[in-house]
Amino acid sequence: MNSVIKGTSYILAHAPDMVIHNGSTQTTERIVNPNSEYLVKLPSHIRSYEDALNYRPNQTYIGNMTPAELGEIPQPWYDKPMENGPRYGKFGEIMPEDEFYMMMQVCDVFDLVHLEKGFVADVKPRFTANPVISEDIAARIHDGIDISEIEHFVNEEHAEGLYYQDKLVGYVKRAHDVDVNLSAHVMHENLVSKASSVLALLYVVKNSGIDKSEVEYVIDCCEEACGDVNQRGGGNFAKAAAEIAGLTSATGSDMRGFCAGPAHAMVAAASLVKAGTYKNVIVTAGGCTAKLGMNGKDHVNKDMPVLEDMLGGFSVLISANDGVNPEVDTDIIGRHTVGTGSSPQAVIGGLVAAPLARAGMKIPDIDRYAAEMQNPDITKPAGAGDVPASNYKMIAALAVKQGDMEKAKLATFAKEHGMVGWAPTQGHIPSGVPYVGFLREQILNGEVNTAMIIGKGSLFLGRMTNLFDGISFVVRKNAGAAQAQEGGVSKAEIKGLIAEALRDFAASMME
Amino acid sequence: MDLENQKRVKELSEKYGPENIVVVLGAAEGEAAGLAAETVTNGDPTFAGPLTGVQLGLKVYHVCEPEIKQEVSPDLYDEQVGMMEMVLDVDDIISEMTSIREQYCKY
Repeated sequence: MNSVIKGTSYILAHAPDMVIHNGSTQTTERIVNPNSEYLVKLPSHIRSYEDALNYRPNQTYIGNMTPAELGEIPQPWYDKPMENGPRYGKFGEIMPEDEFYMMMQVCDVFDLVHLEKGFVADVKPRFTANPVISEDIAARIHDGIDISEIEHFVNEEHAEGLYYQDKLVGYVKRAHDVDVNLSAHVMHENLVSKASSVLALLYVVKNSGIDKSEVEYVIDCCEEACGDVNQRGGGNFAKAAAEIAGLTSATGSDMRGFCAGPAHAMVAAASLVKAGTYKNVIVTAGGCTAKLGMNGKDHVNKDMPVLEDMLGGFSVLISANDGVNPEVDTDIIGRHTVGTGSSPQAVIGGLVAAPLARAGMKIPDIDRYAAEMQNPDITKPAGAGDVPASNYKMIAALAVKQGDMEKAKLATFAKEHGMVGWAPTQGHIPSGVPYVGFLREQILNGEVNTAMIIGKGSLFLGRMTNLFDGISFVVRKNAGAAQAQEGGVSKAEIKGLIAEALRDFAASMME
Repeated sequence: MDLENQKRVKELSEKYGPENIVVVLGAAEGEAAGLAAETVTNGDPTFAGPLTGVQLGLKVYHVCEPEIKQEVSPDLYDEQVGMMEMVLDVDDIISEMTSIREQYCKY
């Protein structure tokens, strides 16, 4: 039996100071062009935490707005904020930067992260008030240290400074004096990824209601690498994050494929559970500091706020079939193979048309498609266009080319089978998976029956191959749930009948 | 344009001579195509890469422009580019590319 999607979580962390100090566009600019106008103008384009909360695509990511509701707001969205945007949503939360630094500190097990005394005293009560921060995690908070010690490590010992509202409040020190793979820069990047993954794991446990001890395996699918000089990508982010999240019965491993990583990991997790190897597997990923402010120059040039100030994370719990939750149909898997070719036509053909044809289906038979769900507010000003809209256009054009659909329906395909993008441009984060949370709900409430999730990855960036990559899978209404509905008695009705019988029984006992 | 690609374009131009190079772009939008075309003709407009201030003036076309289309067998073009031709704003791309070539192309 197919495995099911039992729960999801989506978290963001606001990281405005990390945009300036750790985003690769900014760090490169400081080396190449230290006196540039961009670096001078940048600070005045950084958003406050409140602005990040009131930004509708962020609220969509954590589940407080649906993609359809976001789609009704005319673009651009950055100049149409909501009022009093909440921190918490049904999928997760938007954590402020100061609390996220504390999250990094509790996730550090090698004494690499230290925060300033006053900062710790200020942040700790707010951090520990977070419903997902359990006592075991709170117990990991260290006492703060003097600012002079922080300044020493940043100025003399190559540590990465942690800044909050432009003030030095802590550091991440190097984990080795010589090995560049353990430099402060790399340790900072990896600890950010780990901390955001841990936060997502805590939320998926909360949202799904699973007992932590029942999670057997965790697959991390971010785009970072951890290891030392002798094993640069040795791993294992998955197990490291599972440890802090308290998943004591789990082991795990890392799966990589650039932005296609999450889709590869979902297929692997669904297959492991379907095979009976494990009953509960979590796919997880944290965010990426390098991509903060990646398109900052374009945003500043267009006098916009720098919108890439959010670290993203997500987790999906894949479990054995319960007859209720949506199934991952591993019989319909699209693969971009070595021989597929890299033209967009070949890519969409391999990922969308070919697997559907093998299953005897046509492109319009799938209710919803989710490919690269990047927020167009971020990409359009940078000249990269509206990425989800381009994907829908390509899928629709291919449907027309192969005679699945009339040409007249080209214009309405995106509206009927797609949605606007809302995910931060954190590489693997937007890649198909942001929709899984909404999809699970839409299938459970009968709004949608089938969807295809598509992950795509630009492997050539690693300079090992010029090949492109991608993988897709179909999620559908649970066959058990579908049968129960067709038979005229739904699961809820059965539950109701049992409850009624039990009440009658209890009443008869009282008599 | 990606810094590594700028480096490769620069090196290929030095090795084979700029007059012997044609750059073919596949960007999805006129603006993005125009920026890449400007990079290989007038230099990197973002002042970030190896082509900053380097005016190679290379011949540069988008794959959807008629000059490239007529060089390719119609079946192959339909198989590889037909779908994107339906999707892209080809007129906008042609107008951006033509403008850049008229201003900066040396060959």
